[in-house]
Amino acid sequence: MFWSVTAQLLEGLATTFEIFILTLVFALPLGLILAFGSMSKFKPLKFLLQVIIWIIRGTPLMLQLIIIFYGPGLWLSHNLWSGDEAGRITATVVAFSINYACYFSVIFRGGIEGVPVGQREAGEVLGMTKTQIFFKVTLLQMIKRVVPPMSNEIITLVKDTSLARIIAAYELTFAGFSYMKSAGITWPLFYTGVFYLLFVGILTLLFNYIEKKLAYFK
Amino acid sequence: MAILEVNNIEKHFGSTKVLKDVSFSLEQGNALAIIGSSGSGKTTLLRCLNFLEKPDHGTIIVNGETLFDGSVPYKRNEKELRRKRLHFGMVFQSFNLFPQYTALENVMLARQMLAKEEPDFKARKKEIYQQIREDSIEALTKMGLQERMDHYPHQLSGGQQQRVAIARALVMKPDILCFDEPTSALDPELTGEVLKVIRNLAENNTTMIIVTHEMAFARDVADQVIFMDDGYVVEAGDPKEVINNPKEERTRQFLSRYTEG
Repeated sequence: MFWSVTAQLLEGLATTFEIFILTLVFALPLGLILAFGSMSKFKPLKFLLQVIIWIIRGTPLMLQLIIIFYGPGLWLSHNLWSGDEAGRITATVVAFSINYACYFSVIFRGGIEGVPVGQREAGEVLGMTKTQIFFKVTLLQMIKRVVPPMSNEIITLVKDTSLARIIAAYELTFAGFSYMKSAGITWPLFYTGVFYLLFVGILTLLFNYIEKKLAYFK
Repeated sequence: MAILEVNNIEKHFGSTKVLKDVSFSLEQGNALAIIGSSGSGKTTLLRCLNFLEKPDHGTIIVNGETLFDGSVPYKRNEKELRRKRLHFGMVFQSFNLFPQYTALENVMLARQMLAKEEPDFKARKKEIYQQIREDSIEALTKMGLQERMDHYPHQLSGGQQQRVAIARALVMKPDILCFDEPTSALDPELTGEVLKVIRNLAENNTTMIIVTHEMAFARDVADQVIFMDDGYVVEAGDPKEVINNPKEERTRQFLSRYTEG
């Protein structure tokens, strides 16, 4: 029994991992773009992004996931997502990427604005281009600032992947829970928890390492 | 001919007029001190010269080349702007060193970036970088920092940080080096070391503009002085004359605060 549960949970973990990685791949750059957009001098764009970020951060991720998964079929009478597992995962990644990009953008904006304006001016009077100033002066200082809040968000993302269960994507929590229904056993629930703990534990070590690597300057 | 001519500079921030018809000129190899109370427009004037602010009116001429002319419609051209900026060096009150780089890397960075625009950069990369390194070490040594080159800014005292910032500006070989209250952010016991290197630069005929609250320093080191108040140049001339025997009542009031205490 133990080995068959392990095999099932590993299968669920693969989906969890897929959602996690793909969300980061899309949400990190999108978050940076939104951050620049929300600092734009063009007022309508800034306002529009503020409204979007308010809506996304102001409603539950589960609700957003339900709307994105079922919405197209209900209101456009054309289902965007294929009915199989791949379709569910795609819908999940789309919903998560939008949601997390909004949270990331706020963190990135704080990171960029937190770098003193004197840093940019020093680069300017030394004749550096805007691009050089961003990549050679601002970026690393910004990364250092955003690592602690980003580690929080990314750890939350690991556990939020369990929300995909609501549209029946076979992720880790779904896998663990299925034994309670099918075999009436509950210990796999705790075993599932161990999987999450290990996942988050590895990430914590990784973030500690990055923070240490960036501790050489203040 | 003067190396720098500034004519009728005006600058508003919103409805506040910060610079009102400011004109002066500076000879090659001379040091100009700008004195005046906070809010008199001294820093804004330096920022205009370094193109960190755009004046609303007036002209800035360096070596006979008009770098800024308020009467010509302004079109932003980043490449041009960067080239113009390199006529001036700037040392900030708050140093503004890049914290993630060592003292030496701080000094080398901008030159390395600029070198990439040289036509034969790819072929001569090693040679060019070696030259930049040598120039940077020389500049830091001139500032008495040869032992501190591999330190990060947070490992240096304020006075050392400011001297790195001076080396960083010097290595770009600007025509005119500007100092914006270079010792105002320092503990009193650290101002001496920074004033000493600026004094050395003056003795070696570096063309400089120094915004300062150190009256004795301005009197001893500068070749000319400008007293600014409320955006105007109130009095200008020989530093000993202006500081010891000011002609204007406003200058006298300002200076009395320094002599009483």
